[in-house]
Amino acid sequence: MTETLAPGTNQTTKGADQPPIKKTRRRRSQGSRRPLLTVILGIVAVLWLLPMFGLLVTSFRTTTDAQSSGWWTVFADIAKAPWTITNYSNALSGTGSGTGQSLGSEFLNSIAVAVPATVLPLMFAAFAAYAFTFLEFRGKEAYFAVIIGLLVVPVQIALIPVLQTYKAITAFTGIQITGTFPAAWIVHASFALPLCIFILRNFMSTLPNALIEAARVDGASHFQIFWRLVVPMSIPALASFAIFQFMWVWNDYLVAYIFIGNANPVLQQGLLGLLGQYNQGWNLVAAGSFIVVIIPLIVFLSLQRYFVRGLTAGAVK
Amino acid sequence: MQIINVIASVVGGLAVSFLIYLGLDYLVAKTNTRWNKRLLPFVFLGPVLLLLTVFLLIPTGLTIYQSLLKTDQYGLQSFGGLTNYVQLFTSAPFLQTLLNNLLWIIVVPGVTVIIGMAVATLADRLGPKREKTFKSIIFLPMSISFIAAASIWSFVYAYNAPGQPQIGLLNAIWTSLTKADPISWLQTEFAHTNSFLIMAVVIWLNAGFAMVLLSAAIKGVPEETIEAARIDGASERQTFFRVVVPQIRTTIVAVFITVLITTMKIFDIVFAMTSGQFNTNVLGMEFYNQFFAFNNPGKASAVVVILIIAVIPVIVYQIRTYREQEALR
Repeated sequence: MTETLAPGTNQTTKGADQPPIKKTRRRRSQGSRRPLLTVILGIVAVLWLLPMFGLLVTSFRTTTDAQSSGWWTVFADIAKAPWTITNYSNALSGTGSGTGQSLGSEFLNSIAVAVPATVLPLMFAAFAAYAFTFLEFRGKEAYFAVIIGLLVVPVQIALIPVLQTYKAITAFTGIQITGTFPAAWIVHASFALPLCIFILRNFMSTLPNALIEAARVDGASHFQIFWRLVVPMSIPALASFAIFQFMWVWNDYLVAYIFIGNANPVLQQGLLGLLGQYNQGWNLVAAGSFIVVIIPLIVFLSLQRYFVRGLTAGAVK
Repeated sequence: MQIINVIASVVGGLAVSFLIYLGLDYLVAKTNTRWNKRLLPFVFLGPVLLLLTVFLLIPTGLTIYQSLLKTDQYGLQSFGGLTNYVQLFTSAPFLQTLLNNLLWIIVVPGVTVIIGMAVATLADRLGPKREKTFKSIIFLPMSISFIAAASIWSFVYAYNAPGQPQIGLLNAIWTSLTKADPISWLQTEFAHTNSFLIMAVVIWLNAGFAMVLLSAAIKGVPEETIEAARIDGASERQTFFRVVVPQIRTTIVAVFITVLITTMKIFDIVFAMTSGQFNTNVLGMEFYNQFFAFNNPGKASAVVVILIIAVIPVIVYQIRTYREQEALR
């Protein structure tokens, strides 16, 4: 997990997802018709999409076809090519990926890992961000500096000791920890906390202090203010972090592999298994890849606005 | 059955954490007001401090300690001082791994920022509609996992023996252009060709991220400053490098550092594409190999500690930047 402060981007956030302000409009309209520029960027865009497109085409081809000719050859005669969707059904139900489960059930496992691993850090971090923004206590600055420092610490630093601790607890009490979903949730949650606290605290410090003061005067407790005022007002920041965290966890391989392993394999493990057997046909790998990326792609395409807002909110992952 | 299991663990996990908070708040409400004021922040912070301590700070200490343990041939650990480090730094393959990592951090963050900057600047000059389309396309790979990206690009780099039809795009282009034999790209160590091809994938994944942040920053540059430069007779290029770039410097640095950190600890993509063979090994991969393949947690920890030492300057920079920002508030 990587996070960096993006100093100076806070004030520029507006430009990202709001209509351009007047002074930039001139610059834009001035160059709205530039055929050469459009062609150059068009070529870049095509190059960017081509690898994905090739795999998408391959995912609908038969094994024989995919093994014996390049995907681009289908365009010679599109109607004649024997299109098929069996790759998808095979990938979803077949257990040939080396994890012992089909991508279908790995899909469910990925959801079971990703949803709590998204909501838990949000909840913990929201409370902490509230304390950092609205409460006074000794050592506040020092605590926050530690959190800033932890933003860029690679996850590998904790993996071995945490795994050994899990195993020691199992040996001592007999309770199985590795292989269960919570084993991964808590590691994902812990490593998401610094970034989440950072984003939320930045957001909360822009909320009107007078409102919180007024609620205090009216006798509301901090717990009530938090739930009734601050959380509802922080929905935009919570949403953009949630998108991030969900995609990060969904796309993670290492943490899931170490703490859950083959007991409840997630999609990335299944896809890696399929990739290892590419010589049995790229068409299956291709279908598997699109099953793996479909959820992040939908999330991304439908919530791109919030995603960009999260990126430009002063921190990135 | 699996669905019920999934739903139950999701709901259960969320319920338990909420109850923890209710419980803590109840406790604080019970204490008298003077103590209440002091304790309350720690009710809000408590779980976070606990998680960060137990899952980040203590494990960091343990990893450092563990890196001082050597593992014998029977898998038993004993104190070995700096043995692991000495062994690592005197082994040629590990030095090569470090060199590869260096190559990664020299190439990937720089190229990513340049491509992101180029697309952001060029797209900015198009109409809003086309700008949005192009940016969405470049940004799209952001949502793809390293493993899926490895699948997509391994297919591009795929190799079939000479004489057989080439189904990989790169070899198809290569053989039809040069009439030479196809090349097994990911096994080509010459001039780090394979490493560069894997780097290309990471650049493909991250360029959109760089572009989005830089584009937002470019749009935030006051038009008056650009206008003033033009009136003074500055060329397009001068305006860009002397007026725009200095004003978005902080964003450029932030993007660079983010990609740098991603690059330093790169693992999944190398693992999925070459497993670190053919001289593509990097620190993240070496960590995995030492721990899982060679069953040597001590040496794996030493690799992580080396990685962390490399990250420390960035941590210091982050905290300093934060302090400066706070001072400006």
